[in-house]
Amino acid sequence: MSALPSDPARSATAPEAQDGEARESAGRERREKLMRFLTDWQAVTGLVLVVLFFASALFAPWIAPYDPNAMDIPARMSGPTWAHIAGTDQLGRDTFSRILHGGRVALYIAAIGVSASLSIGLVLGMIAGYGPRWLDNLLLLAFDAVRSFPAVILALATVALTGPSLTVVLAIVILTTIPSYGRVARTATLALRHTEFILAERSLGASTPRILFQHIMPNVIGPLLILAAMEVPVVVSIEAGLSFLGIGVLPPQASWGTILNEGYLVIRDAPWMVVAGGIPLILTTLGFTFLGEALRDIFDPRMGRGR
Amino acid sequence: MIIYLMKRLGLAAIVVMAVLLLLFSMLHMIPGNPAILALGTRATPEAIAEYTARMHLDEPVLTQFVYFLGSALQGDLGQDVFSNRAVVDIIGERIGFSLALICTGMGWAVLLGVPLGCLAAVRPGSWVDRVTGVFSVGMIAVPSFLVSIWALLLFSLELRWLPAIGAGEPGDFADQLSHLVLPAFAIGLGWVGYLARMVRASMLEVMGEPYIRSARAFGLTPRRVVLGYALRVAILPTITLIGMGFGGLISSAVFAEIIFARPGVGKMIFDAVSDRNFPIVQGGVLVATGFYILVVLMSDLLIAWLDPRVRSSL
Repeated sequence: MSALPSDPARSATAPEAQDGEARESAGRERREKLMRFLTDWQAVTGLVLVVLFFASALFAPWIAPYDPNAMDIPARMSGPTWAHIAGTDQLGRDTFSRILHGGRVALYIAAIGVSASLSIGLVLGMIAGYGPRWLDNLLLLAFDAVRSFPAVILALATVALTGPSLTVVLAIVILTTIPSYGRVARTATLALRHTEFILAERSLGASTPRILFQHIMPNVIGPLLILAAMEVPVVVSIEAGLSFLGIGVLPPQASWGTILNEGYLVIRDAPWMVVAGGIPLILTTLGFTFLGEALRDIFDPRMGRGR
Repeated sequence: MIIYLMKRLGLAAIVVMAVLLLLFSMLHMIPGNPAILALGTRATPEAIAEYTARMHLDEPVLTQFVYFLGSALQGDLGQDVFSNRAVVDIIGERIGFSLALICTGMGWAVLLGVPLGCLAAVRPGSWVDRVTGVFSVGMIAVPSFLVSIWALLLFSLELRWLPAIGAGEPGDFADQLSHLVLPAFAIGLGWVGYLARMVRASMLEVMGEPYIRSARAFGLTPRRVVLGYALRVAILPTITLIGMGFGGLISSAVFAEIIFARPGVGKMIFDAVSDRNFPIVQGGVLVATGFYILVVLMSDLLIAWLDPRVRSSL
């Protein structure tokens, strides 16, 4: 397990308590946080897995031993061998190469999906928290309505109309994850709304956008970034899940979901495909979860471990 | 409590309306004739004309929505494109399989997760706590559809302990139960960890309260203090969590039904999407969403009933 969650009271009074030299103690606190991060095995494991995810996805074309779409019919459905360490599929394509290239799809969806829903959720949440009461209620209602659709159900309904595509997956991912960012941003904004520095800004005549983006946003963004790390596994799982159902990334493009889909079809004859296809998915979700939790424990001890 | 009840019910009604509006606009948002979309491209002109008249498609959109709303509230969700049977009847046949799966999945997760969380909280730092901590993160991180696939591979194809597909012979309870085990295991696994963590966190918080110290000082047994005093309060956030998390559980159940070929509502929607059978998709989505809204509503009401402070917050 990790180090004990830090005592918020102690870290709050730390600048005064330590020798009265605020600057030095701030530096010390930063070093202390870094040390706590580096001595927490979950944090380090998470970081290693996340780096591995980024590296393998970015450098996939150079690492992959084969072209992910090159067929080798004579070697089809071979088990794990030295030539194909994760075996081949029903068309003789190398599963390991496909997994590496599938990571690129996961990274693409995660990067665009998370940043888009974070920005939209941030803006909507700040408006809800800072704007008039009726707007707040309306936005909360919209968040609730969106959340009333289980993600897969919403995806199925959309695909029924538009047909499967990567764009649909992205849209679903963004739409279903906006409410969680929005709610966190709203709560944080509400807490700031009546603080003195915001009142001072207002009495100085600062415009609402200025207050929101210059003064509220820097204070709200921290917890949202941690939430973003925790949401990456959700996003990656949604993509893999939808592609597994055949309503996301379409074959022949390699994605962890399509590998699992193709593996599921031949699960009786080539069981290694669903095993190999699932491992990167688990490692990635575990990595981001560990990392997100460690960051949250260190930077936001109040949120606690148990959520 | 009455005021809270009214407000909360009003809110749920508004959300249901919003969902209905979304489902209604589903067929209208895309270009093309809704009748052809609903009936398929092979539909005869007479069938299209009949459908247009029956669904009031030639009238203004607002009037159409009122009709749609009226029939949906009366339990009329239209007809299956292929068999012409009422969508409600088809859902009725299948919903039992889904409910059994969801309840069993959540049930075993609660029965295991809550005690684990209690144990971990009572002895923080003990091996129970450490093991629960690591395992719960692990279980949460693994997507449930992957658990389903691997469970299918391991327990039914390799070890051959349990059946792989279907829901069992109708009327044969033992057979149906054996078909329920694997999907329920798969959708509940993540929840065990989730609940254990949640209960542990709120238990730790509650165990530090003065009234727990008083209870101890009065010489009550530890078991009495934990079960009778601490858990009662600590379970409240967990109830909210269960309510909110049902959406995820429904999603997991859809995957489990597809992977284990279980004839529930999720499998029905999935098949209907491939067949472009819109009335079924619409009805299925409405039922799944309505069920979720109902669960969240019930958990909120339960919390309000147990904790008076919540009532004033809405």
